[in-house]
Amino acid sequence: MSIQVRNLSHVYNKGLAAEQKALDNINFDIYDGEVVGIIGHTGSGKSTLLQHLNGLIKADCGNIIIDGKDITKQGISMRDIRRRVGLVFQYPEYQLFEETVAKDVAFGPKNLGLSEAEVESRVREALEMVRIDYDEYGQRSPFELSGGQKRRVAIAGVIAMKPQVLILDEPTAGLDPGAHKDILNLIKDVHERQNNIIILVSHNMEDVANLSDKVMVMDRGKLIMVGTPQEIFSRRDRLEAIALNVPPVTEMMYEVKERGIEIDTSPLNIKSAEDVIYNYLKRIEMNR
Amino acid sequence: MENIIRIENLIFDYPREEGKDVLRAIKGISLDIEKGSFTAVIGRNGSGKSTLAKLLNGLYVPTEGVIYVENWDTADDNHVWDVRQTAGMVFQNPDNQLVSSIVEDDVAFGPENIGTAPDEIRTRVNKALNDVRMGEYRLKAPHMLSGGQKQRVAIAGVLAMKPKCIIFDEPTAMLDPKGRHDVLRIIKNLNAEGITTILITHFMDEAVQADRVLIINDGEIILDGNPAEVFSHADEIKDAGLDVPVAVELAVRLRKRGIKIPDDVITVEDMVDFICQYK
Repeated sequence: MSIQVRNLSHVYNKGLAAEQKALDNINFDIYDGEVVGIIGHTGSGKSTLLQHLNGLIKADCGNIIIDGKDITKQGISMRDIRRRVGLVFQYPEYQLFEETVAKDVAFGPKNLGLSEAEVESRVREALEMVRIDYDEYGQRSPFELSGGQKRRVAIAGVIAMKPQVLILDEPTAGLDPGAHKDILNLIKDVHERQNNIIILVSHNMEDVANLSDKVMVMDRGKLIMVGTPQEIFSRRDRLEAIALNVPPVTEMMYEVKERGIEIDTSPLNIKSAEDVIYNYLKRIEMNR
Repeated sequence: MENIIRIENLIFDYPREEGKDVLRAIKGISLDIEKGSFTAVIGRNGSGKSTLAKLLNGLYVPTEGVIYVENWDTADDNHVWDVRQTAGMVFQNPDNQLVSSIVEDDVAFGPENIGTAPDEIRTRVNKALNDVRMGEYRLKAPHMLSGGQKQRVAIAGVLAMKPKCIIFDEPTAMLDPKGRHDVLRIIKNLNAEGITTILITHFMDEAVQADRVLIINDGEIILDGNPAEVFSHADEIKDAGLDVPVAVELAVRLRKRGIKIPDDVITVEDMVDFICQYK
């Protein structure tokens, strides 16, 4: 399973005064089992790209090849694309609509034409993965749940379709720290169990740094950088120039360095920052 | 110092459907907010913090207890507009707060509704848009703006009502890094100009910039003090399902390894200063 995107472009409002090149000759590859983070400021083209990947928008030009199949070609069935590529929108809890949690999660798998028994087993499995107890919550209205629980149910609805590519657009936005952690853990779990490709769009650089194998940076419709989190977040000035930033701990290390202290600015999480600072302070102490 | 908001023994219940117990969202809060202060309110989803915000500007009225905003009882129907003009609100989603198809019309919406004279409306709209640095976008359509810009227009709409106090309910939750940074800077500027500021947020790095931090858990205030005092209770904060700021987390970890770090290291700047004194 892999994704190849070649020469993909898309223009909104073509021929009108408000014409805007939303995607400008995008090329990339995503390999089997990768977790890919996409960052970019509002309007950089991230959402347009996601919508192309699951066939919501037809490409103006270029090719999107998912598992060897070019989804931009005529005669491709949408159901076929969406079976492979599941998209969790921003604030997906607003899309819950069924009378019960179980029915809501069953909606997707049912539409795939699966047997009743298979749908039932997928609903149970998906709810278990997002840590919503089927027996306790399955027959409850989704609208009675907390914000974090609603979001997990909405994600379960997509997971239940067992997509080979799971795309999440800002999955942690607006959640409190506890619910935020729950969602991150659940993404890791799903990835481990389904071994799918995960594409994560987020403004939270710490999450992107800590979850992704590969980070893609978008600016004004162009894909301007692709690399490991380590490579991407070592280019703080370049990121700042396009209104992005590095994770908070990384920012702190850069600020220390700017004050004339020779320190490693590579830490992307608290644990490694702790080690770097500890070692620095110990070295200073020994030299005294 | 004078208090702009006084809350006495506040209790608030959400009515439930028949046969079910009411949901007690606020379980006895007493609190004064000083004029001109900057207070951050933190709590997990469902802790009661947004309910409290809606009580402060009279969208909800107390089940028990009383709230005074500039000496007006928020439950007094005769003064509900005085209360709302004094204490404006900015919500999380800017798309839900903008009503017009042109930025400056949107900002004029509030003053128009209270019958402000046209000249005065013009003056207020211009000033409000300049205060949020959106003056050059005044004739644009709101849907063409970025999230951060929309949120600044929403803030201008509140400013045009000349509030003495603004309650921001997670105003940066939906914004990209630049948008967050810009909106927070505007909030701090407005506070510096004398507007009492209450900021509800899940971002601890925003909370550390306030003068006072309140932590709400399960309808009660569990911690109240300046950021250094509050965030020195890292364990209690984590037990309430919350995070501490990055610098506090680092300090806690480094102390466990024997590094002596003062208790007032709260912000990233503090931590940078601490490290840099060892050269």
